[in-house]
Amino acid sequence: MLILQCPYCGIDAEETELAPGGEAHLKRHGPGSSDEDFHDYLFARENPRGVHFERWRHANGCGKWFHAARDTATLEVFGTYPAQTTEPPKEIRDAITARRPGWRWREFS
Amino acid sequence: MSARIATQGRLIDRSKPITFTFNGKRLHGLQGDTLASALLANDQMLVGRSYKYHRPRGILASGAEEPNALMGLGEGGKFEPNQRATTTELYDGLTARSQNHWPSLEFDVGQVNAALSRFFPAGFYYKTFMWPKSFWEKVYEPVIRQAAGLGAVPKERDADTYEYFYAFTDILVIGGGVAGLQAAKAAAQTGAKVLVLEQTPHWGGRAPVDGGTVDGEPVEAFVERTVAELSAMENVTLRTRAMGAGVYDHGYALGYERLTDHAPLLAGPRHRLWRIRAKRIITATGAIERTLSFAGNDIPGVMLASAMRDYVVNYGVAPGQRVVIATNNDDAYRTAIALKQAGIEVLRVLDARNSGGGDLMRQAHEMGIRIDCGRAIARVKGAKRVTGVSVCAHDGEGGALEEVACDAVAMSGGWSPVVHLWSHCGGKLIWDETQAHFRPDPNRPPTGADGEGFVVPAGAANGELMLDAVLSDADAAGKLAAKAIGFKPKRGKVPQGAGPEEAPMMPVWLMPARATTALRNKAFLDYQNDVKVSDVQLAAQEGYESVEHTKRYTTLGMATDQGKIANINGLAILADSLNAPIPQVGTTTFRPPYTPISMGAIAGEARGEIFQPLRRTPMHDWHDENGADWEPVGHWRRPYAYVRPGESVHDAVMREVKNTREKLGLLDASTLGKLIVKGRDAGKFLDMLYTNMMSTLKPGKCRYGLMCSENGFLIDDGVVARIDEDTFLCHTTTGGADRIHAHMEEWLQCEWWDWQVYVANVTEQFAQIAVVGPNARKLLEKLGGMDVSKDALPFMEWRDGQLAGFDVRVYRISFSGELSYEIAVPACRGRAFWDLLLKEGAEFGVMPYGTEALHIMRAEKGFIMIGDETDGTVIPQDLGLHWAISKKKDDYLGKRAQQRSHMTDPNRWKLVGLETLDGSVLPDGAYAVAEGVNENGQRNVQGRVTSTYFSPTLGRGIAMGLVLHGPDRMGEVLEFPGTDGKAFKAKIVSPVFYDKDGEKQNV
Repeated sequence: MLILQCPYCGIDAEETELAPGGEAHLKRHGPGSSDEDFHDYLFARENPRGVHFERWRHANGCGKWFHAARDTATLEVFGTYPAQTTEPPKEIRDAITARRPGWRWREFS
Repeated sequence: MSARIATQGRLIDRSKPITFTFNGKRLHGLQGDTLASALLANDQMLVGRSYKYHRPRGILASGAEEPNALMGLGEGGKFEPNQRATTTELYDGLTARSQNHWPSLEFDVGQVNAALSRFFPAGFYYKTFMWPKSFWEKVYEPVIRQAAGLGAVPKERDADTYEYFYAFTDILVIGGGVAGLQAAKAAAQTGAKVLVLEQTPHWGGRAPVDGGTVDGEPVEAFVERTVAELSAMENVTLRTRAMGAGVYDHGYALGYERLTDHAPLLAGPRHRLWRIRAKRIITATGAIERTLSFAGNDIPGVMLASAMRDYVVNYGVAPGQRVVIATNNDDAYRTAIALKQAGIEVLRVLDARNSGGGDLMRQAHEMGIRIDCGRAIARVKGAKRVTGVSVCAHDGEGGALEEVACDAVAMSGGWSPVVHLWSHCGGKLIWDETQAHFRPDPNRPPTGADGEGFVVPAGAANGELMLDAVLSDADAAGKLAAKAIGFKPKRGKVPQGAGPEEAPMMPVWLMPARATTALRNKAFLDYQNDVKVSDVQLAAQEGYESVEHTKRYTTLGMATDQGKIANINGLAILADSLNAPIPQVGTTTFRPPYTPISMGAIAGEARGEIFQPLRRTPMHDWHDENGADWEPVGHWRRPYAYVRPGESVHDAVMREVKNTREKLGLLDASTLGKLIVKGRDAGKFLDMLYTNMMSTLKPGKCRYGLMCSENGFLIDDGVVARIDEDTFLCHTTTGGADRIHAHMEEWLQCEWWDWQVYVANVTEQFAQIAVVGPNARKLLEKLGGMDVSKDALPFMEWRDGQLAGFDVRVYRISFSGELSYEIAVPACRGRAFWDLLLKEGAEFGVMPYGTEALHIMRAEKGFIMIGDETDGTVIPQDLGLHWAISKKKDDYLGKRAQQRSHMTDPNRWKLVGLETLDGSVLPDGAYAVAEGVNENGQRNVQGRVTSTYFSPTLGRGIAMGLVLHGPDRMGEVLEFPGTDGKAFKAKIVSPVFYDKDGEKQNV
């Protein structure tokens, strides 16, 4: 029963208000992409013990999708931010670095 | 024998006798008794049979850890199985039944299992019931099911009510013993909001029984004073009969309050589930005494030493008249002293330690109690109750030195902190060598959203077993928790506890230390699941090195008590067998709830009609009043058919189809999803969502569209109407409206967030009625208003207008193959319009039809149904829907996936029609068999039925199915075995059975 702050409406939302959406920052591969790229886009997911970026929707609230950066092992939440971005914003990355120096996640660090 | 004694009994009221029944026998107890203490007061030492061997079992404990005394309580709608007698408060009229025996508790045929126990070792089920395979279903499983299991399943609907309670607090204190109370006080004095949950009806925990003083007063006075102080504080909420059931992520906790279990006549809900958010949680959950593993430690009359003194001090009940006590620590001397003070004969204290104990031993000795150091119990004698013990040297194999006749045995193997709630959300443990137990590791607490530990253990739950240490630890815990969330702890005097000096305990995992195999075979670790020392040793010998594997193989700790007593002893035996240190073997995972909570509490008020909200169309009541045979579709109810008096449901469906095809039918289509997609980029957006081209659709026109997931699989279909340049109305399936709405939002918000589109779900804003059949136009023309002629409103177009004064939007779309108008009116006008159609349509033979008639008519036309022809693995190409897949578009969701090799495989099963040779109806879901068998010896298959009906129009069974190379095999006959041995033969035909050229709908 996580609590995540919705970056749109500012509410500290209980998990029952939220719907999970899997990994964040997936790059869509459409027609013309290689089999491997498309396969990875559909199926290859990070499953880290530690820093992770996830998509959540404030489904029983304002309805907006947002991203959360958190630690899957300690449940620490480093921050949430709107989904309209292709990479974690700097302040989120800084917040993670402050707590987990040297972290890496896909191409981000 | 066990009996009530004249003295003691701090919790009972001797002036208030109570009558209750046990296995139909009327017995007497006192106000304040638990069911367990009352049974003991009536010399009912045998209270149940064990799970596997059906061994006679008595009461072992006095609290939540009790593994044996499980009862079926109450009758009828109030019956509940598996209730612990030790935590059941007695009330007048209580009815209890013991479990797991047949035909009776005293005489049980299952006991033969015990005689055969050497044939039932660990992993018995895995080893024995493997072969022959054919025996499993008919022989093994029914026998095991009959013999296994605990209580009976209630037969009637639960007559009680339950509720949820949402609570937000700064600090939650779980446990109302001296530690919990002191921690709560220290925290509350900072101004923090504090909630204290105590699972029993009484404050103070074990302390009033165990004794000692606080600041010079008896500990009981300290408890009373502290409770009074806390009660007077506005920022403190105190709840008894409320168990902390579980600790979860980010400070979420569940409390389980039993409101009327002790007094069923009280009004209101029986249980209340507290759903708590706390900034910090203090676990002051105490400790549980361990058993000693000696032979016969499960015979009725053998009891935990602490429980025995609870029964004497709290309830004035002597669990025996002549008692032998075995121990490895000082605490059991408290029992010896309490028993002696109550006038019960204490024959021996057998202290496994050669040097014995400290102050308490000296005190017992001074009272004249015989103490034998370095001694142990070799075996307990007796069957349904203890008759004596064989005494031996602890450091030996169990050769008897002496036989002592007695009627009860008290044992103490030391104390294990209750670390369950600390561990639920990831708190780690460390092994305390001195006290031989696991306790919370302060450096590895469960962490919250801020990355800080949010659970603080206090007192015995933190491994502090001495009164003075308990109080100072609890005081520190309360202050620490408050300080961590920004409150300022006051500097104040910490209450000083005082008690006797205790000598160190000595770990004893097997008694005597080198007990023979015969003895180990009768030394029980897990009473509820009948796991013995020898079973765990066998598991280790067979290579089970992980404690989690051993648990599953032997079932140690898997019963409803979750191994509260068994776990540490079991893993110590495992560690010893593996020659590994205990901390290296580790514990199994602690999972919530701490003790079982009722299903009623979990459901709360969500039952019966409010289990889930029901969605009703504006015409719902009319359907209900006119014979609707309801079918659940998502949260909606739709009429399957309207059954008239004297008709079967099948008759009604046949009548409805026939009437619609020949005259005029009405369908309540309001449940179909209606999504408005609007904006400058709406067309571009729909081109990505649908496989067809939607951007080229002209305002005023409709187009049938297919939607796929990014995996390529078909997820929904429906008719899209273009309202104006920027606006589309997308119809979805009934069950799909919310899902497809969410699907659209997801892509708009997360992928194409710069596109100018918004989506609104207006499903419930409109009532929609399909007017279907050859007479449809006649009816609408009679109503008067807009022009509904073929020229003014051709097939696959829509118009806004008025009919009989109603504002309507009319779509010329058809899911039946007939002349059909789907008419949307504002929801509030839906019923009036429906009534009008029925009234004015009477002369044209109007008749409403339900979802089954709808299904049959669409199947006759070969139209697919999402969920019938699709199951999440089907792509549009499988269904011959190539015409609905745009080849002009560069991209749409699912396009890339549909190019993957498996999706373009020519061997994918394809949609065809199926016609049985004899006109019968194919069974739904039946498979078409092919030559040969697979590796499991099953027939190979080459297709399956996706929809099957009796068509009244054609007077025969029709079906659709997916068949290997189906469209290329027209006319071929396939065999479909039924479930009853009958095989159906069906010919592959076109899926369009009726009006192949669409002449009827396009008029």
